Amino acid sequence: MNSLDDLYREIILDHYRTPRNRGELPPPAVRVEGFNPLCGDEIVVHLAVTDGVIADIKLTGQGCSISQASSSLMSAAVKGKSLEQVRAVISSFKQLMTLEESVDQSPANLRSLGEIAALQGVVKFPVRIKCATLAWNTLAQALDELPS
Amino acid sequence: MATFDARMVRGDIAQFNRVINNHPLTYLDSGATTLPPRTVLEAMNRYYELHHANVHRGVYQTAAEATAIYEGAREAVATFINAPGGAEEVVFTKNATEAFNLLAKSWGASQLKSGDVVLLSEMEHHANIVPWFQLRESHGIEVRFIGVGDDFRLDLSNLDELLRGVKLVSLTGMSNVLGTINPIKDLARAAHAAGALIALDGAQSVAHSATDVQDLDVDFLAFSAHKMLGPTGIGVLWARRELLEAMPPFLGGGGMIADVSVNGFTFAPPPARFEAGTPPIAEAAGLLAAVRYMSSLGMANVAAHEADLTADALTRLAGTFGERVRIIGPSNVVDRGGVISLDVQGVHPHDVSQVLDQHGVCIRPGHHCAKPLMKRFGLSATARVSFGPYSLVQDTDALLEALADAVSMFG
Repeated sequence: MNSLDDLYREIILDHYRTPRNRGELPPPAVRVEGFNPLCGDEIVVHLAVTDGVIADIKLTGQGCSISQASSSLMSAAVKGKSLEQVRAVISSFKQLMTLEESVDQSPANLRSLGEIAALQGVVKFPVRIKCATLAWNTLAQALDELPS
Repeated sequence: MATFDARMVRGDIAQFNRVINNHPLTYLDSGATTLPPRTVLEAMNRYYELHHANVHRGVYQTAAEATAIYEGAREAVATFINAPGGAEEVVFTKNATEAFNLLAKSWGASQLKSGDVVLLSEMEHHANIVPWFQLRESHGIEVRFIGVGDDFRLDLSNLDELLRGVKLVSLTGMSNVLGTINPIKDLARAAHAAGALIALDGAQSVAHSATDVQDLDVDFLAFSAHKMLGPTGIGVLWARRELLEAMPPFLGGGGMIADVSVNGFTFAPPPARFEAGTPPIAEAAGLLAAVRYMSSLGMANVAAHEADLTADALTRLAGTFGERVRIIGPSNVVDRGGVISLDVQGVHPHDVSQVLDQHGVCIRPGHHCAKPLMKRFGLSATARVSFGPYSLVQDTDALLEALADAVSMFG
């Protein structure tokens, strides 16, 4: 049975109640909006990149606990990382959110994901996967829009 | 004589025997769709097993039977809504949304010109907004809105001004978010006095109280079968005969023509004019059974039952949760139906709904296809509870228990 405790882990509720990196960044920071039109979740990612490193990231938006906690966890996970590392984290997170059995759910792999592994339980509630992935898709779009 | 016992209605619906997440099913999403009683499913099965044939023109016996079922549904609907011109005023569509599209794209596109005004309200469903916006783009009409006050009711203080230049007023009988029941009879009088017609969105209201188009004095009515214990896939646009006769076809194809040659076509009279192609025959059989079933319950009985449930739920929600749970809608049951939108402080509607699902309680989170209304009240979503004729006080008991769990989980 899928327990609500798998979905609403304490770390998720903590990031929902006390979101990290809230706010905006002035230009030339990149600003990208993401929406889930069906449920109304909304994330705005502000990204400042210096010398190939995410110097700062700020978020605004509104939505359910999963969408907002996921964005907060994401911001903490990518801040200070190189773009290459960030792309790798995005890829690992998307793997975590797939229902395929080939995905490595071993404790070692989950440990390597750090706090974002707390979102692992979301896959047991498939309708909520899109809540968890919204921020990450928006971040991926922001990376694509960085001036080269 | 109508007899009504909500427990008997519940006994007619197998889904209530289900156990969801170790709890008996508590279905509180009738505003989205209602659960059909066995008689509706049996009617559809009977059609497919014994009478299945295409309607109209068939000479053999089963084709005549299928036609009798399909046209019988039209008759039953006409009686149910007291259509002055009888069955020929009832057009079958896919659902209420398609009925509004037919209204806008046939009546609107042929009768309205640039600068004409269609008056809606801020509490309309997108189905009664978007087709008019499309007509604004294609025909240059103006779309105007009646505001909603802080009391969750239409702000009619400047109605005379709003009605200036209006050709059509199109309003919901009951808000699918607020539960507010609008004074359609008064508004029909005002619309007609201003030289406008009035369309009624009955999607929410038809299943929960009597709808008499002559008493209300409306000109158009749209609704869906699946929100009144019937099947999905069939809805109704009712219009006064002379209005339908002036409307051009909506979709072209078989069944809607009078004659076709290599040079062109002429179209059939209403309602066939608007029903191109093989129609939803089994769904019409189901709708016919649903109309009979609802009539046997008595719409006044259904309305009274749901008013009791709503009054009880409103009182207990306020008593149990106080300020923590804000009700987005009128706080008493005067001119109010059994739709209760909740804004739980600190818990997003999707999370409320997720926790409730764990208790087997089905409610709906979201904007309910009424984004202008959400914006009016500064919300992105609500958690919506809605009753049906089979709802019982025990459903509210389960709701309150599950809601307490959601509130404590999020602190």
